[in-house]
Amino acid sequence: MSTIIRQLGRWLLNWVQEAGSMTLFLLQGLALAFTPPLRPRRLLEEINFIGVKSTLIILLTGAFTGMVLALQGYYTLRKYGSEGALGSAVALSLIREMGPVLTAIMVSARAGSAVTAEIGIMRITEQLDALETMAVNPMQYVVMPKLLAGLIAVPLLTAIFDVVGILGGYLTGVVLLGVSSGSYFSGMVQSVELLDVNGGIVKSLVFGLTIILVASFKGYHTQHGAEGVSRATNQTVVMSAVLVLAWDYVLTSFFM
Amino acid sequence: MIRIIDLHKSFNGQVVLDGINLEMPTGKITVVIGKSGVGKSVLLKHIIGLVKPDRGQVLIDGLDITQLKGRKLQDIRKRFAVLFQGGALFDSLNVFENIAFPLREKTRLPEAEIFNRVQERLAEMNLSPEVGNKLPDELSGGMKKRVALARAMIQEPEIILFDEPVTGLDPPMSNTVFHLINKTHAASGYTALVVAHDLPEVFQVADYVAMLHHGRIIAYGSPEEIQSHEDPLVQSFIKGEVDFLEA
Repeated sequence: MSTIIRQLGRWLLNWVQEAGSMTLFLLQGLALAFTPPLRPRRLLEEINFIGVKSTLIILLTGAFTGMVLALQGYYTLRKYGSEGALGSAVALSLIREMGPVLTAIMVSARAGSAVTAEIGIMRITEQLDALETMAVNPMQYVVMPKLLAGLIAVPLLTAIFDVVGILGGYLTGVVLLGVSSGSYFSGMVQSVELLDVNGGIVKSLVFGLTIILVASFKGYHTQHGAEGVSRATNQTVVMSAVLVLAWDYVLTSFFM
Repeated sequence: MIRIIDLHKSFNGQVVLDGINLEMPTGKITVVIGKSGVGKSVLLKHIIGLVKPDRGQVLIDGLDITQLKGRKLQDIRKRFAVLFQGGALFDSLNVFENIAFPLREKTRLPEAEIFNRVQERLAEMNLSPEVGNKLPDELSGGMKKRVALARAMIQEPEIILFDEPVTGLDPPMSNTVFHLINKTHAASGYTALVVAHDLPEVFQVADYVAMLHHGRIIAYGSPEEIQSHEDPLVQSFIKGEVDFLEA
């Protein structure tokens, strides 16, 4: 029994220590955004990598998510004779929950793992040390642009996901299942409030920062060669997904 | 002058440096030799402040780098360049961009001037201008080392640290790299620390040699003095005898 408690205590201490280190890492990274030299080109490169290159996968997942939501929603609402509410059901599900969460998970899987691998390889091949020896702060050159790019790109990708999802829902609900086009959009306009949109934006900002923070932190502290990079990448994907869902619950409780 | 005074460092209870005392005279090449894993690279990383010691000092012209942080540490690092074991070239940049990197980051030179300086360094390292367009992954080991040396030299630093500069290279390429170190040193007169275990080739660049063993400097002197040193450990290492304790 005492062994279990000891192990639990050790796990808890490690967890608290890692959470503290990650918070300091985040504060340091964000503070460097206001310290010269500013490198707008580096920021654009990272927005391109994290955001632009994730667009296709977001378009695909957004479209199919909207289509599935419409399909499921249609058969559920039909039982109550409320097919007209399909538009609002699809839009609210996407804007409040599915858009921010699925976008974050897709970005984490595509860009988060790549960010960890990139920084991890820079660590084990001494590229980060090389930056330091050239009097270039690796946190400022490598990490900070990625954090800002996450903050900028993920909300934009979420917006794309929402719009494409709504159009996917339209395709299934209106074109294939015969729901009235007018009721699909008018229901949406009546039911979606500014608070829903704001909630989605806040969630996507928090998720964007979280996944790139986890990815950068894990990469930056990679040890033990290629195996370490592999482990860090794996931890990034798992931890990002869990944190996104945990944050989702916390933020949803604020916006309900 | 770089002076290391009573430097101690342990990792997870394992002593790596156990009271290092060493002087590296200005404008000279000091070579630290020793078996793999004795802490030569750890010692090098202390000199540029990448690793903090448990105890001891690293004085760069009287300034203790182990106590410096932030801007002051960055300022002193501007006097240094490091040639890392694997080159540490940035994967995402081509050769030209790698060599130009310190100039673009730390100076306001016009692009035309940067271009000229990079071409000069490429020529100095016997690399053709076309190599500038290649990515580090497309280069051989010897070319990577030469590009890394070009990058290290581009800002004409006062001090250069070489971490295993010829490890993994064939003998002709090793000699080429040592020749380039000699050539650039003769031209610039920088202070250098070379960490290596490549004997006897490394003696061709050394003004002074120190041997690291079990976390301590057990021999120090000119290459001739080290080659005729009476310590059996030094002789055994120089002759490349089988280490029965490790074999």
